[in-house]
Amino acid sequence: MQHLVAFPILFPLLSALLLLLPPCGKNLKIRRFASVSFAFITLLINIYLINEVLQNGITSYAIGNWQAPFGIVLTADLLAVSLTTLVSLLTLCCVLYSCAGDDARGNFFHPLVHFLLMGVSGAFLTGDLFNLFVFFEVLLIASYSLLMHAGDKHNTRAALHYVVINLVGSAVFLIALGTLYGVIGSLNIVDMAARIPKLTGDDIFIAKVGGSLLFIVFALKAALMPLHLWLPNTYATAMPVIAALFAVMTKVGIYSTIRVYNLLFAPENGALASLGQNWLWYGGLATIAIGTFGVLASQDMRKLIANLVIVSAGTLTALISLQQPQATAAALYYLLHSTLVCAALFLFADLIARQRGKVADRITTGRPVKQGFVLGFGFFLAALTVIGMPPLSGFIGKIWILKATFQQAEYMVFWPVYLISSLLILVAVTRAGSIVFWQNNPIDADKNDTQPAHPMQILATYILVFVSPLLVIFAKPITDFCLQAAMQLHQVSALTQTVGGL
Amino acid sequence: MELLYSICVGVLVACGVFLILRARSFPIVLGLTMLSYAVNLFLFASGRLSINQAVILGASPQHADPLPQALVLTAIVIGFAMTAFSVILAIRARADLGNDFVNVQGSNSTVKKAGSKK
Repeated sequence: MQHLVAFPILFPLLSALLLLLPPCGKNLKIRRFASVSFAFITLLINIYLINEVLQNGITSYAIGNWQAPFGIVLTADLLAVSLTTLVSLLTLCCVLYSCAGDDARGNFFHPLVHFLLMGVSGAFLTGDLFNLFVFFEVLLIASYSLLMHAGDKHNTRAALHYVVINLVGSAVFLIALGTLYGVIGSLNIVDMAARIPKLTGDDIFIAKVGGSLLFIVFALKAALMPLHLWLPNTYATAMPVIAALFAVMTKVGIYSTIRVYNLLFAPENGALASLGQNWLWYGGLATIAIGTFGVLASQDMRKLIANLVIVSAGTLTALISLQQPQATAAALYYLLHSTLVCAALFLFADLIARQRGKVADRITTGRPVKQGFVLGFGFFLAALTVIGMPPLSGFIGKIWILKATFQQAEYMVFWPVYLISSLLILVAVTRAGSIVFWQNNPIDADKNDTQPAHPMQILATYILVFVSPLLVIFAKPITDFCLQAAMQLHQVSALTQTVGGL
Repeated sequence: MELLYSICVGVLVACGVFLILRARSFPIVLGLTMLSYAVNLFLFASGRLSINQAVILGASPQHADPLPQALVLTAIVIGFAMTAFSVILAIRARADLGNDFVNVQGSNSTVKKAGSKK
């Protein structure tokens, strides 16, 4: 199945189009059923693709059979396929969750989600920088529309900010691409990596400018420290199920940084080796710090979780900047875990907000949550995971991160920042959880006339939460998998051979 | 030609950035449009500026780089779609919020200041 690599992009495109056509377009029930089944099939395709890549190594696919470096190639290595699987799993859960009624609050929810899935998968799989830009735009325009889904006033303003800042980001991205193409003469990432050591004279400095501009764009998408300001408001005003889906969008920026940083600016690439390492390292640390302050200062749960997303982006960036296979493997494990748990927390915040009446998800005393046990237990598990307490996946991720950084000289800076940040997050999340679930007016308890959560919502949220124990139970195979993916990423020569034509 | 070309790109970017920093939706849309024009020109120049050179091999003594032209075409199409979206969003924001200010806090004070000066 040589065409399999293109399926994670083509199938969501096809399903989004089918969802717009008559039998699905008119009838809500059929549309929901079709959307869930399409998302499930996409997940199966991705799992099959992981299996193929595990058996046959890195697979590359030349679109239209135009060989690299002239045509666009899709490159499926373990890192890319594990992330496409992650995003399809997340999409499946969000689609399931939305079937309880969120999808009917605006138009075209299901097709847009599948277009988003297509864009994100494409960004993960592509081996060409310009194609990466195109997929960025695909996922952005889907996300713009999703952000406006069932929106009100606040939503419009947040959407305006988000759209403007991303359009400026796209302009910078194109300038960076033009600069790099002007000096390197190629846009295929592997080909660029091979050509960069041959640069001479002034071209080196122009390439450095281009590379730095590229990092600015990725930092914007990943919400790194000075460019993170758009995130909390956007995520807190979007409908929670969409915010949960967006939890993966910062990871697209992180992934692009991993790819570009480890291929174009690999340690052996002469004058451009480890370009911007200090910026990524200190930017990551500053992002952890500012995100933690954001978590402490948050007045409602969705803002709190949005700040947790920032903290995870900071941690990942700091890890990537080390350019060590161990650190990258730890980052991959942490990425899988943090994306799913943040998504689960967004969904819990939504369920809690619906059962608390006017207080919604604000962290204050209010009426008790109707389904206290079901939501409380799930929230407790998710909170333990996100803090990194022992039995769950957050703990393994944390230990691995600490161990990976311990081999570096920089651990003297990283450890205090990371550990103090974890402690403060523990305080903030515990406070939020105890106030929301325990500190309430018992008088209001019998007057709680809100609807209990739909079983579909509970199911979707619990699937996301229970991935965490699974990541612990199967820790050995999964960590081995992460290490293998990281080794693949750091062996540029293997990738060069597979992409071929070079 | 290079000098004239780079001045054009620079002026367009400067105008675009200035308009975007106005923090009102209509100037921002104009600014983004100018920025995307500048980007298109810049991308086009990344294949080196040349005269009397076809992009087809053998049609002229020397050939120009065809890839930047393809990139510009893609960038124009995407930029066009994005501009259309931002125009619609700006209109929606104007209708929803009652003014065209992008920021919440700045809006009232700026209005008062502008009013008092006049």
